[in-house]
Amino acid sequence: MAVATILNVRDLHVSFDTFAGKVRALRGVAFDLHKGETLAIVGESGSGKSVTGRSIMRLLAPTANIERGSVLFKGADLLKSGEKRMQAIRGREISMIFQDPMTSLDPTMTIGNQIMESYRKHMRASKGAARARALELLDIVGIPDAKRRFSHYPHQFSGGQRQRIVIAIALICDPEILIADEPTTALDVTIQAQILNLMKDIQKKVSTSIIFVTHDLGVVANVADRVAVMYAGRIVEVGRTDEIFYSPRHPYTWGLLCSMPTLYETGERLYAIPGTPPNMLHPPAGDAFHLRNPYAMGIDAKEAPPLFQISETHYAATWLLDPRSPAAEPPEVIQKKRRSLC
Amino acid sequence: MLNTNRKKLLEVDGLKQYFNKGQKTEVRAVDDISFYIEEGETFGLVGESGCGKSTTGRSIIRLYTPTAGRILFDGEDIARIRSRAEILRFRRDAQMIFQDPYASLNPRMKVKDIVAEGIDLHDPAKNARERDERVYRMLELVGLDESHADRYPHEFSGGQRQRIGIARALALKPRFIVCDEPISALDVSIQAQVVNLLQDLQKSQNLTYLFIAHDLSMVKFISDRIGVMYYGKLVEVGPSEEIYNYGVHPYTESLLSAIPLPDPEYERSRKRIAYIPQPPGADAKLRAVAPGHFVYCTEAEATAYQEKRNKRVCS
Amino acid sequence: MKDDRSIVDIDANNGTGVGTASADPHDFSPLKLENAAYEREKNESPSLNFMQDSWRRIRKNRSALISMVVLVLLIGVAFTSIWLFPHDPNRQNLAHSNLPPKIPGVTVRGFDGTAADNSGGGAFIDKYAAEGVPEGVYYYLGTDNLGRDLLARLLGGMRVSLLIAFVAAFLDLTIGVTYGLVSGLFGERVDSVMQRILEVLAGIPNLVVLILMLTIFKPGIFTIILAMIVTGWISMARIVRAQTMKLKNQEYVLAAVTLGQSKAVIAAKHILPNISGVVIVQMMFSIPQAIFFEAFLSFIGLGLRPPEASLGTLLNEGYKAFRVLPYQMWVPTVTLSVLMISFNLLADGLRDAFDPKMKE
Repeated sequence: MAVATILNVRDLHVSFDTFAGKVRALRGVAFDLHKGETLAIVGESGSGKSVTGRSIMRLLAPTANIERGSVLFKGADLLKSGEKRMQAIRGREISMIFQDPMTSLDPTMTIGNQIMESYRKHMRASKGAARARALELLDIVGIPDAKRRFSHYPHQFSGGQRQRIVIAIALICDPEILIADEPTTALDVTIQAQILNLMKDIQKKVSTSIIFVTHDLGVVANVADRVAVMYAGRIVEVGRTDEIFYSPRHPYTWGLLCSMPTLYETGERLYAIPGTPPNMLHPPAGDAFHLRNPYAMGIDAKEAPPLFQISETHYAATWLLDPRSPAAEPPEVIQKKRRSLC
Repeated sequence: MLNTNRKKLLEVDGLKQYFNKGQKTEVRAVDDISFYIEEGETFGLVGESGCGKSTTGRSIIRLYTPTAGRILFDGEDIARIRSRAEILRFRRDAQMIFQDPYASLNPRMKVKDIVAEGIDLHDPAKNARERDERVYRMLELVGLDESHADRYPHEFSGGQRQRIGIARALALKPRFIVCDEPISALDVSIQAQVVNLLQDLQKSQNLTYLFIAHDLSMVKFISDRIGVMYYGKLVEVGPSEEIYNYGVHPYTESLLSAIPLPDPEYERSRKRIAYIPQPPGADAKLRAVAPGHFVYCTEAEATAYQEKRNKRVCS
Repeated sequence: MKDDRSIVDIDANNGTGVGTASADPHDFSPLKLENAAYEREKNESPSLNFMQDSWRRIRKNRSALISMVVLVLLIGVAFTSIWLFPHDPNRQNLAHSNLPPKIPGVTVRGFDGTAADNSGGGAFIDKYAAEGVPEGVYYYLGTDNLGRDLLARLLGGMRVSLLIAFVAAFLDLTIGVTYGLVSGLFGERVDSVMQRILEVLAGIPNLVVLILMLTIFKPGIFTIILAMIVTGWISMARIVRAQTMKLKNQEYVLAAVTLGQSKAVIAAKHILPNISGVVIVQMMFSIPQAIFFEAFLSFIGLGLRPPEASLGTLLNEGYKAFRVLPYQMWVPTVTLSVLMISFNLLADGLRDAFDPKMKE
């Protein structure tokens, strides 16, 4: 099946200058985003997942350097586009929503004006048209009584409703790509469930491609079509959601899945990935995960593994997939899971 | 798992914690809740933000003075104690582990002084060497070592800091620990480490936990019994497998249906249940629907819940 | 009990023996995870405490560093001169009145003892010779209309200013910090009462306080200090209270409470060290204010009074003769400005050093 690709990220290297030195946030990130899909980027704090999203939007802090790589969107490299062009793209063709709905809305502006702002700017629409479109969007994201609430201020809404408004703002110009950076992390589980459902419903209607950045594997299983697992500034495994959850090949993915308590009975002992996430001031040599990897081999300490292809859609960067390496079995919990599926 | 012979270490009876009492801004953070925790068990308290679960923990540990109700710890009502000597005695037995590993350690103190703070206060070491020795023992207990003692908190990762916080709480050899969302600020891979550590310590140090969290799946995993809180009320209490599998209060059901599981097949087929709050009946209180399983409801609702639960057990 | 078997059997792959690092880049033998090595790996950098870290930052701030050097020099000169330059600032010598500055070996106009002739014409004449000052007598900064050595008076004035600076800092640190800590830490009713008192005190302008004092006491340094005791520490108290309020709900403070720590220890051990940056910065900002307060009062005649030397009285005397003898006003003006600018720049630098986040 041929899939249309809408965004190509290639060999993206980003670093941050800090007082202590250079933090290597991204060290060669590459992926494609297909039309109409949801790609989840999962990883722990410091893995570079948020930086990836922000790099695409060119919304990095001034201390950041994009050292290498390209982000191809409609034939143009966004990393080489001027600020003017980026401003035209942001909110119009690529939108972003952030974790905290409190800080992504302007407390001194009515939500109606905030929603209309980007539409009027990008579409050069009249006030009346913008208002009609904004009301339509508020209806889509499930804000009841939108007409009356149009002139309300952000503090008059609950956290979940604010995130709905943020989504409405992001979607008003019908963007082709929506980058959602931990959009449900600050919300309670029941609200999170509503927002996730909302995002899926909307995607069905408008077929936007979504990059969903999160640390929560449960959320990933819920929303994603494909998953990219990040560790220490690289994508270590990427594949369709079922491939990642039911036949993962990278030991880090194994570790992450095994540390989820839902796979265990009460009182069992959890599997825990040993050690701490690497310090990206001095990323470990070779495979960055080898210090915490029970399956590590001599080569892991010296050379970073390439992405091995497992299926048409499934790739993983681990030397375990090299024909020369000894056979390694994934942990029992995952195998149990797989068996229970058959 | 239920052992009726075990001693009740903590009994909370009609606890109320109001803020700004009598004023317009009065907040009933905890509104008349009752439960008990047996010695050696883990009692999980779940609920969403603002439901009063953290306030409950802080009232029990006497960071707040309760508005009303009794908190019997080992038979003594610690809601009433006032004198410093009594409070100090209680502090030796009951400690707390905090949520934010970045805010829970004083950035100007060395790790060894953080861990030794309780030692200095309650059971001072005879000399600096003995003090160091005791600090090292605590650090080893939580999976750190001597080399960490002379460093400052900012040099550690979140998981390591949480271990330091645990060492500080354990230094007094307490019997009861309130764990206030101890893992929610940590990365997935580190959460499992800390949960394992807490479980190991529970066995080796014979600890009783009140484990507060919003993540029902983690609470179910670590707790023997669970209490579900909603707006200051305890709406359902029972053994954790029972609540997780046969929770019948509509709020518990909506909470259970909302947890995303790392299982795409399951996620595709899941049905979410929305909770529409109903005003509680006049005689609402915790009523048993199964042995050890209580639901906050009226007499009439109790029978309905009982049937609902039994039907699910059979299916 | 469930079986305690770990889910991932680490040794499953180690059947062939423990792999050791070898030179072969294509080494597919298993590596042994060195226990806890990864825990330490992160912590190799030398341990820097807060003060070292701040010092590292302030060293990079050139203006703060220069200010610090200037202040150290000024303070050093002002106080060592008590012994090294024992001229009495109040000794009059009418025969040597209004002499311009003269420094041995310096021929720059303005510092060579010459000045424009008063009788008009604009010609520069050697005033020292004209007044018949013996050879070998130098007044580095000249003399005033009573023939007093301006340098001695300037040093005396600086000592007064620095004394005021010290008093301001002392009051900030004692009354201000304590008041703020108590008010913030106890909160509720105690806080309400203390804040009302503060509002009343802050409502009275300090000039009014001083004038009221003058109904009982004589003008002078003692009265100025008394006025500062009443109102000088209020902004510090407010800042400390706000910071304390913020910190007392931090989890590490709550942890100290659950350990059974008393309020006094919590204030001293957990709150004070964490607000020390703010306290020092606030103190550095209140010092130039206090220096200026004294100079201003002395200038308008409510502070120190002639013949006592203070930057304020020097300015007062200097400005009367500014048209004809400008150096008499330049000297105290420049000194006052340098003092105030140095304290302010140093305060700015310290703020950035203590709280690097605030800058961004």
